[in-house]
Amino acid sequence: MKIIVAIKQVPERDAQVRIDASAKWIEESDLQYAMNESDAYALEEALQLKEKNGGEVIVLSAGPERVGTTIREALAKGADRAIHVDCNDLNQRDALAVARLIAEAVKPESPDLVLTGLQSDDLGYGQTGVILAELLGVPHASLILHVEKTDGGLPEERIKVKRELEAGWFQDIELPLPAVLTIQSGGNKLRYATLMGIKKAKSKEMRVVPAAEIASAIPPVAVLESIALPQKQRSTQIIPGDPKQAAAALVEKLKFEARVL
Amino acid sequence: MSGIWVVLEERDGRVSRTSWEALAAGQRLAAQDGKFVHAAVMGSATEALAAEVAGKALTKVARIEHPLLARYTSDAYTIALHQFFEQEKPEYIVFPHTYQVRDFAPALAARMNQVLISDVVGFEQGPVFTRQLLQGRLAGTYRHQGEGPCFVSVQAGAFRADAVEAGTPEVTSFTPTIDAAQIRTRPGEPFRGSAQTVDLASAPLIVSVGRGIKEADNLPLVQELAAALGAELAASRPICDNGWLPMERQVGSSGQTVSPKLYLAVGISGAIQHLVGMKGSQCIVAINKDPDAPIFEVADYGIVGDLFEVVPALTEAVKAAK
Repeated sequence: MKIIVAIKQVPERDAQVRIDASAKWIEESDLQYAMNESDAYALEEALQLKEKNGGEVIVLSAGPERVGTTIREALAKGADRAIHVDCNDLNQRDALAVARLIAEAVKPESPDLVLTGLQSDDLGYGQTGVILAELLGVPHASLILHVEKTDGGLPEERIKVKRELEAGWFQDIELPLPAVLTIQSGGNKLRYATLMGIKKAKSKEMRVVPAAEIASAIPPVAVLESIALPQKQRSTQIIPGDPKQAAAALVEKLKFEARVL
Repeated sequence: MSGIWVVLEERDGRVSRTSWEALAAGQRLAAQDGKFVHAAVMGSATEALAAEVAGKALTKVARIEHPLLARYTSDAYTIALHQFFEQEKPEYIVFPHTYQVRDFAPALAARMNQVLISDVVGFEQGPVFTRQLLQGRLAGTYRHQGEGPCFVSVQAGAFRADAVEAGTPEVTSFTPTIDAAQIRTRPGEPFRGSAQTVDLASAPLIVSVGRGIKEADNLPLVQELAAALGAELAASRPICDNGWLPMERQVGSSGQTVSPKLYLAVGISGAIQHLVGMKGSQCIVAINKDPDAPIFEVADYGIVGDLFEVVPALTEAVKAAK
């Protein structure tokens, strides 16, 4: 099974973000970056599928030069090779434009399966995988926790996936390959890169493809005009003092002001 | 001019709560821009759903009906709505931001050369739509550009379902052309993940724990606080993903929705997936080391500090007050 995993590099979870001078994006110069969480689960699912069924895992990431470190991490965990779509204006592109870029990079590889996380932790559009399937003309399933190859004796290869529904419900879905799946976090335990893996990653193939070579820039349909701090929905009383004082004051307030204790 | 279409979703045979919220958003958008607003219901038998919305302030209610829409598939929904909207040529298409909508609306929009502005929490004149960025740390404003319908999905809880106004719309029918061979996925019956033994929804007090707890070994700290308060213990998704607490204790879009008297969030940053499950709580308390954590946007009381110091102190203070 040939699997492409589309991963995104995003600001680290605890990173302090500041709005930049353009007020259209965040100050990137002093940020730490990490692999988007649900993409890490997509990679894990791909690696486990390869271990069970054989084949190849290719990681694909779009972004500026810095995404190379996240790609190396994926290679160190066990991906076989990588494609880096070099692109400096990812945040200004809407979900359709990004999916077009990825679709063009995927097409020449003709994979059996494309996996990606269900949503990015930065822009959070949650659409790339679903649009990608539409552009590639293949079926998809979203919010997937588990993938299994089925051997139903049918002429086409099929998979069975476990999809998360809302409020604690699930559903199994069968679909033919090739297909695109968006992966929900929590389906597997994530592996760490081993020292041997890190060493091997250095010699694995990472092909850099300039974005301009594979898809022409089109103006966005959904334009991100500005960013700002969110508006507060409630006025929060921050309770001062050392932990002991604050704890005592909070209990007082919960008893006599909010009257919930 | 075909105005605004709101696509409603069914849950247990009725129009879902988030669909009413989307309808309220649609009506507000219509009032702001002086446009007509319509609603579409979908399925193999839509009479009851249509009847539910027939008393609302809408110009039209469309029943998009086909035997192949009986059970949701992305393919059938995309085909049906694509045909319907090619005919109607709306200016705006509004959805509730549900798991189901997330599964097909991006593809539907792409098929019409459009992009869904997803998970919208509000809008202003323009219209410009606001949605959260970076897990709620920032907000971004978006504008639709170019020809064709503007696709929007609205976040659960962002608009009030009871704000839907009454009226007498015309009810119409639309029969899409769908061939069974066009449906590529085979969905199974929905099932529950595990036996539900904890009913968080009826708990008056909840102590909920997030990533800030760092390790499973630290959980007794919050368990002791919950015991002192006589509260149920709940968690945000990462805690359950790691297997530290069972999935049935998860609060948020993929877990339970709760509205207790007191919701005490410990080490939870407040990603929207969590907030939608608890922001209806009567009193919200947040303990977090990061003063900029989005949880403080919905909290009534906050303590900014190290939970490993604050929580034991709070447990003692609760015991002392009894």
